[in-house]
Amino acid sequence: MHDETPTAPQTRALRLGVAGPVGTGKSSVIATICRHLRDDFALGVITNDIYTDEDARFLKSEGVLPEERIRAVETGSCPHTAIRDDVTMNLMAVEDMERDFASLDIVLVESGGDNLTATFSPALVDAQLFVLDVAGGGDVARKGGPGISGADLLVINKIDLGPHVDVDVEQMVADAEKARDGGPVLALSRKHPDTVEKLCDWVREMHKTYAGGGHIPVDPGPMAPHHHAHDDGHTHSHD
Amino acid sequence: MERQAALLLLADGRLPAGGYAHSGGLEPAVTAGRVADMAGLEKFLIGRAETAGLIASAFAAAACARAAADDLSDLETLAVELDARTPSPELRKVSRDLGRQLRRAMSSIHPHPLFAALGDAPHQPIVMGVAAAVLGLGPRDAALAILHENNSGAAASAAKLMRVDPFDVHAILARMTTRLDALAGQAAVAAEGAPGDLPSPGAPLSDIAAEHHRRRDVRLFAS
Repeated sequence: MHDETPTAPQTRALRLGVAGPVGTGKSSVIATICRHLRDDFALGVITNDIYTDEDARFLKSEGVLPEERIRAVETGSCPHTAIRDDVTMNLMAVEDMERDFASLDIVLVESGGDNLTATFSPALVDAQLFVLDVAGGGDVARKGGPGISGADLLVINKIDLGPHVDVDVEQMVADAEKARDGGPVLALSRKHPDTVEKLCDWVREMHKTYAGGGHIPVDPGPMAPHHHAHDDGHTHSHD
Repeated sequence: MERQAALLLLADGRLPAGGYAHSGGLEPAVTAGRVADMAGLEKFLIGRAETAGLIASAFAAAACARAAADDLSDLETLAVELDARTPSPELRKVSRDLGRQLRRAMSSIHPHPLFAALGDAPHQPIVMGVAAAVLGLGPRDAALAILHENNSGAAASAAKLMRVDPFDVHAILARMTTRLDALAGQAAVAAEGAPGDLPSPGAPLSDIAAEHHRRRDVRLFAS
């Protein structure tokens, strides 16, 4: 029986989601994690492409994991639905992967690139990264939204490009920290090995906490109620 | 008619079973230029309901009748007969993928030992039939649920594939309601017979198109 295997040991990996807008480097972050942690952890990757299996092909061509450990889920051009409203396809892909390669330590699930409100359901992943990049504009972090404010880790990627796109990286990180009420923000560039090491440390720590039973999935959920102060001192609230 | 709400639950496109990733063959038909406007869409949906739809609904009704009688001895035969009516390997896989997904969803939503008895990768119509029985619905309900789900799913994909007015698309669905009722009745009657005698209308072009679609590099929908 596929879905019930009473004789096999129940092995459940840490399920780690990677979300964020198109082109911010989600696949590259996953490739980096795989390349640096594959000797320490048994890994699997599920990609969600919008209309191709481009991301799975990219990861396979990078040779970061054996090909069979990278599987693509087609989301019918609804990437947000596949990680949030109807996670069945992804959930089964994760469960199949965990069963076929038992026992895995970490399964990474890459969302199809979407907007700032697309976050993973806690029914699908245990923890999630949200990836922005400096090239997308320094003001994006300030905009907040569920992914930016609620993900377990916010990654600001491609920081080496800051000077070329007139983005003050330190300011962008400070804006992000403010939007996250002090939650962790990681400035990342694959050209800066120290930042890559920090990313890997975060994943190691999350796996340790998860394996120790100390991690409780947090749902970034909808945008938190907030208010805007107007110039005349009048404020309004909405959610 | 006491279980109408359960039928609505089962037939609802929002049931989280992954159906949104499929266009029911509409994408390859649009890509090939065979469906280009609302008249073409209506003909496509009618053709699909009368062929693949009737087959799926008859098998859903048959599975429901057998599950309701707690006799699953025919299920393997039903699966073989459904395979025989689906020439495209790709469409057989899609049916089994959707079946696994529906079983996974229903096993969490409304657990029942029958779901585990369906084997590794049951076809979608068979899972739908068993799910209907488990919810206290009858064969005609099971037939209607899969006819509606498959039809409205394909119609919904039109908004992403064609230049459409969504009201026009739903107008087609409204015009088709009488047809779906009649097909469900036909399916329920057929379900009383032997698995080998269930309806088998074919649409060879859909099978060929599904194989072409699988080989395309860029596609919005999985099928």
